[in-house]
Amino acid sequence: MGADVHTHAGSTKRQTALQDPWFVQWGLIVAAVGVVGVLVLVPVINVFYEALARGAGTYMQNLLADADTRHAILLTLTVAPVAVVLNVVFGVAAAWAIARYQFPGRTILTTLIDLPFAVSPVVAGLIFVLLFGLQGYFGPWLREHHLKIIFATPGLILATAFVTCPFVARELIPVMQAVGTEEEIAALSLGANGWQLFWRVTVPNIKWGLLYGVILCNARAMGEFGAVYVVSGHIAGKTDTMPLRVEKLFQEYNLPGSFALASLLTLLALITLLVKVGLERKMQADAAKALQSASEELLADARAPIKESA
Amino acid sequence: MSTLNRRILPGFRLSLSYALTYLTILVLIPLAACFAKASTLTWDTFWGTVWTERALAAYELTFGASFAAAVMDVALGLLIAWVLVRYEFPLKPLFDAIIDLPLALPTAVAGLVYSSLYVQKGWFGQFLVPIGIEGAYSRLAIVLVLTFIGLPLTVRTIQPVLATCDDETEEAAACLGASRFRTFSYVILPTLYPAMVTGFALAFARALGEYGSVVFVSGNMPYRTEIAPVLIVARLEEFAYGEATAIALVLLVISFSMLILINLLERWSHRYGS
Repeated sequence: MGADVHTHAGSTKRQTALQDPWFVQWGLIVAAVGVVGVLVLVPVINVFYEALARGAGTYMQNLLADADTRHAILLTLTVAPVAVVLNVVFGVAAAWAIARYQFPGRTILTTLIDLPFAVSPVVAGLIFVLLFGLQGYFGPWLREHHLKIIFATPGLILATAFVTCPFVARELIPVMQAVGTEEEIAALSLGANGWQLFWRVTVPNIKWGLLYGVILCNARAMGEFGAVYVVSGHIAGKTDTMPLRVEKLFQEYNLPGSFALASLLTLLALITLLVKVGLERKMQADAAKALQSASEELLADARAPIKESA
Repeated sequence: MSTLNRRILPGFRLSLSYALTYLTILVLIPLAACFAKASTLTWDTFWGTVWTERALAAYELTFGASFAAAVMDVALGLLIAWVLVRYEFPLKPLFDAIIDLPLALPTAVAGLVYSSLYVQKGWFGQFLVPIGIEGAYSRLAIVLVLTFIGLPLTVRTIQPVLATCDDETEEAAACLGASRFRTFSYVILPTLYPAMVTGFALAFARALGEYGSVVFVSGNMPYRTEIAPVLIVARLEEFAYGEATAIALVLLVISFSMLILINLLERWSHRYGS
């Protein structure tokens, strides 16, 4: 690799020009590990420590005995999947349009998809209150028809969907671009119709990228706080999601209860990370395989005329 | 390829019209409602809400804390990316994976745990509070938790650029007699500037809007530890929708300018990189 400098002839100790001395290396490693330890690792350990400090029995009781906490868990398990499904359908449609076609306004559409990332979650909640709240633009109409969006589950879903809208599309666009259109055009020329093409060719090709987007989208959807905080109205047992319940228990000085619920969310985050790493490996392996088969094809093509002439 | 595809592959109209309809209903109309609501305010009410002493203190804190956190994130991100790319050590894959935790961890949990770690009886607080470092319910607390939130953003923008730095220029520098430190600051660091700037912008933008974690750790005292999003929520809870919208508009304009800036930066760094 680098220009090797032998200190002694035959010495096993080598130092390359690109290698930092050992004390610099280990100093930096210790510093980096220390930073991540203090900022990330210790907090995670602390969540579980505080949650389990009074034993597993109390922990389960904190988690399951409180009806409002149970309801918050159920509510999150309703709101997040609906928001994720909405954004998966949107993400696939948007990625298909952007990755497969050129059209005027394509770059603008790409930027528009990122827009929710730039909006503060609190503002995201506020805009839905302005639309659907009692004094909002559609407020009177909704009241006439006895529909409730703000301070109810639909509002939670809308706010969550807004905040997590870019995740799936952002992951899928590069994946679809990388996969290319050859297989799809081949399927089409063999007589597949649009849906067959999509389910049998496109989906298998993008499945890992799609799952990656879903995982990140779901993690954010379950953990969303600011936007949901504004539209929920904090009605315990009705519109409190898990993160909101964590905050309410914290405000009520019920720290063990708060930490118990927080530990559940942390567990979720850890599982998300695990699946994410697994998917990243899978996608890397797939990409390597695709590259290898492509180069083998090239080699075969190159060899074919030689064989014929021989 | 493109014009060909439009004729061959089906679903262009369906996918584009669905994506546009969804974005319009979920994102564009609600955002337009914010501008519409703000336009119903008279100039005096708008200005009177946006330019009060309390609001100014909140903007100042939001900006200052976000700026400080983003600077910290760039410095720490550089260190972590460097270690990840250049060195081998035990449990490195685990170390690599855990850096993304702030992206997956709900912000409310981050806020809860940071507030408990730095209070007087907390794991860190028991050592820090006696020497006068208040890591909870203070401005420092806000910076700390915002640093946590933005850390993966800077690491993951610097890391890939550092990994593609070629050895040859470094070798050349070494051959010409430059010390490692000189090589680092004159050869390696300049190639990382675009990534560092992009990482800074991402972390800064993320920190500006952050709410969930900050409400836990800041104590939310007007003039001292109240950030702009908290001010919006306070106005909302008084049912002062107009005033809340006015402050929201200020935040929106700032974050949209940040979005445009980030896009420009990315384009600039692409050109710079190639």
